[in-house]
Amino acid sequence: MAFKTEEMVLNMGPQHPSTHGVLRLELELEGELIINVKPHIGYLHRCFEKHAEVMTYPQIIPYTDRMDYLASMYNNYGYVVTMERLLGIQVPERVEYIRVIMGELQRIASHLVALGTYGVDIGAFTPFLYCFRDREKILSLFEMTCGARLLYNYMWIGGLSHDLHPDFIRQTKEFIKYFKPTIKELNNLLSYNKIFIERTANVGVLPVETAVNYGITGPNLRASGIKFDLRKDDPYSIYNRFNFDIPIGKGDHGTLGDCWDRYYVRVLEMEESLRIVEQAIDQIPDGDVQSALPKKIKPPVGSIYGRVENPRGELGYFIISDGSTNPFRVKVRAPSFVNLTVLGELCKGHLVADVIAILGSIDIVLGEVDR
Amino acid sequence: MKQYFKNTWDAIWTVLIGMKITFKHLFTPAVTIQYPDEKLQLPERSRNRLYVNIDDCIGCDQCVRACPVDCITLETVKGVPGDDLGLTSNGKKKALWVTKFDIDIAKCCYCSLCVYPCPTDCIKMTDIYEFSEWDRDNLIYHFGVMSDDEVKTRKENFAKFEAEKAAQKAAAAAAPKAKPQPLPEKPAEN
Amino acid sequence: MYDLLNKIIGNDYLAAIIAAALPLFIFILPFALFAVLMERKVSAFMQDRIGPNRTGYHGMLQTVADILKLIQKEDIVTSESDKKLFNFAPVLVFIGSYGAFAAIPFSSGFIGSDIDLGIFYILAISSLVVASILMAGWASNNKYSLLGAMRSAAQIISYEIPTALVIITVVIVTGTMNLRTMSEWQTPYFWNWLIFGGATAGITKLLLIPFMLVAFLIFYISSLAEVNRTPFDIPEAESELVAGFHTEYSGMKFAMFFLAEYANMFVVSAIAVALFFGGYQSPFGYLGDLFGIEWLIPLEQFLWFTIKGLLFVFVQMWLRWTLPRLRVDQLMTVCWKYLIPYSFANLIIVGVISLI
Repeated sequence: MAFKTEEMVLNMGPQHPSTHGVLRLELELEGELIINVKPHIGYLHRCFEKHAEVMTYPQIIPYTDRMDYLASMYNNYGYVVTMERLLGIQVPERVEYIRVIMGELQRIASHLVALGTYGVDIGAFTPFLYCFRDREKILSLFEMTCGARLLYNYMWIGGLSHDLHPDFIRQTKEFIKYFKPTIKELNNLLSYNKIFIERTANVGVLPVETAVNYGITGPNLRASGIKFDLRKDDPYSIYNRFNFDIPIGKGDHGTLGDCWDRYYVRVLEMEESLRIVEQAIDQIPDGDVQSALPKKIKPPVGSIYGRVENPRGELGYFIISDGSTNPFRVKVRAPSFVNLTVLGELCKGHLVADVIAILGSIDIVLGEVDR
Repeated sequence: MKQYFKNTWDAIWTVLIGMKITFKHLFTPAVTIQYPDEKLQLPERSRNRLYVNIDDCIGCDQCVRACPVDCITLETVKGVPGDDLGLTSNGKKKALWVTKFDIDIAKCCYCSLCVYPCPTDCIKMTDIYEFSEWDRDNLIYHFGVMSDDEVKTRKENFAKFEAEKAAQKAAAAAAPKAKPQPLPEKPAEN
Repeated sequence: MYDLLNKIIGNDYLAAIIAAALPLFIFILPFALFAVLMERKVSAFMQDRIGPNRTGYHGMLQTVADILKLIQKEDIVTSESDKKLFNFAPVLVFIGSYGAFAAIPFSSGFIGSDIDLGIFYILAISSLVVASILMAGWASNNKYSLLGAMRSAAQIISYEIPTALVIITVVIVTGTMNLRTMSEWQTPYFWNWLIFGGATAGITKLLLIPFMLVAFLIFYISSLAEVNRTPFDIPEAESELVAGFHTEYSGMKFAMFFLAEYANMFVVSAIAVALFFGGYQSPFGYLGDLFGIEWLIPLEQFLWFTIKGLLFVFVQMWLRWTLPRLRVDQLMTVCWKYLIPYSFANLIIVGVISLI
């Protein structure tokens, strides 16, 4: 005799310790199994794209900082690379090297937050504090250079806002030396822990077809086995001068493309970023950090789409200019927004306790999702 | 079957490794800085509260235009000839009375875009970050130093000056063109 | 102390009850105070932080401040709940853990109740906690509390089986269920402790050592699950969906649950010590014996017992801050597929060895 069961709707509301921001998830459950997940977003919408229509091009940069507030350098980087392509200018070599260094340090910092908070979601509280302690060191490097710890406004159209502090190179080298054994410690504490592996392996498997169809990019795509990274496949800036690998998921513990793979790809990416910083820091040429630009920037009429590899995926800026000092339209292709759409697919057939593990492994930032 | 024992061994061994790491950390010194008693020294380029050296301000409006959030309000009055406005720190003569210079520090996004365009370097970001107030109106910083009477006087002066100039112009335009003086009659030759 | 009270009160039953119950009460409250602070300081030092250090010297008065805060909070009882059960559940939890203190051998001079059923009684009383958790979950009239309570009940009941099997193993070797006799049997020299083979003779002792070690590990892991500590703290998990069976409790009732958890932690550590590590015996003989001072020995024993108990409480806290949490079905798998077969095998082998 089959029991008649009803579907229960459970609301993981906007205020929840594990949803990484204000995200409302509507779960349809049958007993403990999930049938459907509907995310409701928009709680952090701040009208970035509308603001961009009334401001001049340099004024938009502080606003781009605030979209993905955990990887603020990269938001600047994307916007600036796109604008420089639109204006057709070439920035000095020194600027390119410094931008790469800052971008990769920012990638390490962003991944540290992702890994630490993922540990807290699974229940391990200590790695979170170790990750944040290491992130403090990166933030103090940034503070020394541009004066702010989280929202930098550092990369400007045509150059940078400040040159490197005289002590920056020495402190970065110290940081590199300090950080290599710390990644190993983090791995021993969290990544290879049997309980952690049990919680995350074989959970939320993202097949390659689904990933490509949904437009997933970044570590989530690489964890499913595809070696696609904009730094190598569509190089911007001077990334083609550095030696680094693209880590992909291999299904070491469990299936290919599960939560453990997504987590581990981020750990490996931190190591690769460290390699890039090590190479770049030895090669910085001397020079100026500002190129000569008119006071009022008036790009030629036209539109352009430029993209960079955010720590979370492909960050794209589509800028339409009508020849005046304000853009006509700035549209942002936010990686977290696109990555969030696959949540429903991943959660089908899993238990309620796994939703949190899956959500944490996709690594979204609500500032980017809602803009 | 082998997997069963491997699982058991893995679980025990990784737990012990994790315990060793946390035990080691039990003896490493804390990284906490106990805030009110010990404070971090902020680096020299820190971007915190704004400061304006109003004596140097020439009222050029560049910082107002650069600000992305419109937190600076600047009102000026042109000086009449004969007023001595003084010199800026790099020796230039000032031409405008700055009657109102307000910065709403609650709106400021600390991007420092206003610092760069200033020709006299009078607006700066300091390293003061403890400036919370009980009353929200106290967060609007008034940097202008002219009293209300002085502001009124300067505005009136300027208005009078403008009015005089306008009257002169009107008089010059409305007055009929002066007839050319007739040449003095040649005295008859007798 | 019994004589003194008997003289004052005159009624020997009442005097007996007070003589047994009062010292335990005086022990539990300072211990709970100390344990809460220790947990916060240990977690802070492991995470490279400092922990509470402003209230009192190095934060010693922090728990007092917490208790004062909880006392003055409003006692919210939801309108749709079953009020009698709701109010009784915290009391029952505390009864369960306090009752287990009665049979714990603190020293040869003081044991609350010297019954021959010692360990069996403790196991039985700890099971009262299950009933009270279910009461708390049901009476809250909240479907998430009920879910959490059911999971917690399933967890505690399942993990009692390996505990009981290990206890049977120990009873086979020592031959008695009375905790005081067991402690006396493990003489005050550490090579005679049960973890090192016990006070048995010859080849039996060597053979027993690995199996006693396995038994201790199984016992410790299942005792972690009994007290709802990480990695088995699903019922209290803060970042899971369900906030646990004590969501609807506020103020002093919540403090009761909290206190009972720390008291329970001490109970299971104390039992582990009593069974495997010699109870109240010191590892190297007594100073009292050395100097011929008779009354020093019970005090020394009390000291050793507390130190060993605190050591195992510290290990419980250490595990909490290192390991992530297990999911509910994985928790059940660990119990039924791993711990129970291992403890059965252990039991049979130890039984065979003890026949030799």
